[in-house]
Amino acid sequence: MAESVMKPPRKTLGPVAWMRMHLFSSWYNTLLTLIVGYLLVTSVGPVLNWLFLEADFKGSEPSDCTGAGACWLFINQRLNFFIYGFYPDSLQWRIDVMFALLALSFVPQFIENLPGRKWLGIFGMTGLPVVGYFLIPGGSFGLEAVDSAKWGGLMLTLIIAYIGIIASLPIGILLALGRRSDMPIIRGLCVVFIEVWRAVPLITVLFMASVMLPLFLPEGMNFEKLMRALIGITLWQSAYMAEVIRGGLQAIPRGQYEAADALGLGYWKKTGLIILPQALKMVIPGIVNTFIALFKDTTLVLIIGLFDILGAVQSTITDPAWQNVAIEGYVFVAFCFWVFCFGISRYSQKLERKLDTGHKS
Amino acid sequence: MKRQTTDSRPAGPKPWYDPRIRSIFFQLVTLSLVFWAGWTLIDNTLSNMESRGISTGFGFLDETAGFGIIMSLVPYDATMSYGRTFWVGLTNTLLVSAMGVVAATILGFILGVARLSSNWLVAKVALVYIEVIRNIPLLLQIFFWYFAVLSNLPSPRQSVEVGNALFLNNRGLYLPEPVAQDGFGLVWGGVIAAVVAVVALRTWAKKRQLATGQIFPTFKVGLAVLVLVPVLAYLMAGQPLTWDFPALKGFNFGGGISIIPELAALWIALSLYTASFIAEIVRSGILSVSKGQTEASKALGLPNSLTLRLVVIPQAMRVIIPPLTSQYLNLVKNSSLATAIGYPDLVAVFMGTTLNQTGQAVEVVAITMAVYLTISLLISLFMNIYNRAVAIKER
Repeated sequence: MAESVMKPPRKTLGPVAWMRMHLFSSWYNTLLTLIVGYLLVTSVGPVLNWLFLEADFKGSEPSDCTGAGACWLFINQRLNFFIYGFYPDSLQWRIDVMFALLALSFVPQFIENLPGRKWLGIFGMTGLPVVGYFLIPGGSFGLEAVDSAKWGGLMLTLIIAYIGIIASLPIGILLALGRRSDMPIIRGLCVVFIEVWRAVPLITVLFMASVMLPLFLPEGMNFEKLMRALIGITLWQSAYMAEVIRGGLQAIPRGQYEAADALGLGYWKKTGLIILPQALKMVIPGIVNTFIALFKDTTLVLIIGLFDILGAVQSTITDPAWQNVAIEGYVFVAFCFWVFCFGISRYSQKLERKLDTGHKS
Repeated sequence: MKRQTTDSRPAGPKPWYDPRIRSIFFQLVTLSLVFWAGWTLIDNTLSNMESRGISTGFGFLDETAGFGIIMSLVPYDATMSYGRTFWVGLTNTLLVSAMGVVAATILGFILGVARLSSNWLVAKVALVYIEVIRNIPLLLQIFFWYFAVLSNLPSPRQSVEVGNALFLNNRGLYLPEPVAQDGFGLVWGGVIAAVVAVVALRTWAKKRQLATGQIFPTFKVGLAVLVLVPVLAYLMAGQPLTWDFPALKGFNFGGGISIIPELAALWIALSLYTASFIAEIVRSGILSVSKGQTEASKALGLPNSLTLRLVVIPQAMRVIIPPLTSQYLNLVKNSSLATAIGYPDLVAVFMGTTLNQTGQAVEVVAITMAVYLTISLLISLFMNIYNRAVAIKER
């Protein structure tokens, strides 16, 4: 047989074939792989060394940090401050209860088909703030009062982010409805309110809340610093919330409005029973995303002198008792935020896929 | 007449059931509530300011500021007015925003394309970068670069230097500064002439292509013109450019361009942070162009580079522009975090020091907010114009 024999096709299975397809498919891909691989190998090693292998975990004094790596015992020693701020030790069980309730309400939302998780979520949105209102500041039911100047750390970060979202949701709904209203004056007012707040940085809002709010109020009436910051954050956040909800309102087909009109429902019944339930369900991922953004932005309150988790770490870094622990502190805070934000964003992506019933395009 | 007919139709609705009348009524109520609230606020503010002895009005802008600012693009010293501090702050904000927008756009586009790379390693590295950076608060990143990285650089005497021209130490980054001598105007003339020539060339090439179908290599020729004409002008004028090199004088460097660490930290953090968001926008924009478009263009015989330039990028840009605009706006707003590390931007200088010294909170806050509002509106305006230019032309 003189017929030439064709070579068998190249392998498409197995690690070698995978590498050829995904790492070395052409000369420039090979070059890229080699450069990126080299950079990774030379940088990841020292970072891992610093983080774990040469790091110090045990001990209690700055002098116990003898290794060349990170000094994690600094975090161990100050963990209480980073979580509770100046909240008195003997009363920290109140915060622990709140942490537990928070976890109880929202962690089950990640587990599908868990009976009653909807009710836990509703409790988290309505009952939890009420419990927190009495439990955290104290002063009633025989609980010892704790001044808000003593709150700090992770607890304060969560309080600000949580209240910012819960309080801005109803305001945001009203603003979004107002912006979609047929009444020109109401629409105009809502547009101006939303656009002005969205155009200015949160920092100016916080400055305004801490410097100008006392001037706006009648004499003798004043809020403490945390309350002023919360008012500023809520107003600012409600403008963003309104835009997210407006997206949902716009996505409701016209037929739904017309059908509700045809049934003779008034505006509030139409909105409350037909439009909002559909629109809100649609924008849950958007709300979750604004929550992530707000959660990261809560760090800004340290500029007006509140000790959130970053503020707590920042004040400890400058403490002369511990030298050169800045990177450890920042890595710790970054890790805390990253776990929260990445987890929540994954959840929101999952939700988006689940709620996407394929009506789009 | 109408009154007497026993028409079975009901008479018009009672006025309080008429939607138009109700709508006017509700709007009037809202408007009066807003006016009442505004009036109360103004009244409270005026009486509060009077009782605290705070003066009103914008007269303070002409008073002497009396404080120093570590960096300013416009000439400034402590004897100048508060109005001048406003300009210093504003130009510094605009500087770091512009630098950030440029760097974040470049890095973001590279990362967005890398995320879609067929190279597994490159795609994963881009993914890890994006997911790590965008889930960490910006303020924390600014602190990290400023307090953990730049503050730990060596002192001026032990600076890291590159070829005696570039110095890096804990006081900042020092670069040689080009100084134009007499006759440098000729080079600018060359630049302008080259730009005009390229525009004319492009128009001519397009016209010829429409008329005859012949393609002219506009890009290569244009690039050559843009480079060669100014270089020729530079040589003809007798190389009218000298460099001012930074040099150690006493405890610090003098001469050259210096980038203070506050600016560097803010710039790095803003660019890296915003780039991670831009990368995701670019990725979704490219993915939004359906495969059929690429295939159709291949079927027409367009080479890869033309497919990318004429088919994929124009369609991807439509999806990319609107969210990109809001990222630019976010970057400008986020530049106000400068105040946390002491970079003298508008918020730090004007809303910080000037407000503290004059106590005129209302005026200062109003001016600052108005500036950000204006910047936001301007950026949206320009991006909307651009967006209209690239949007689908429906006929």
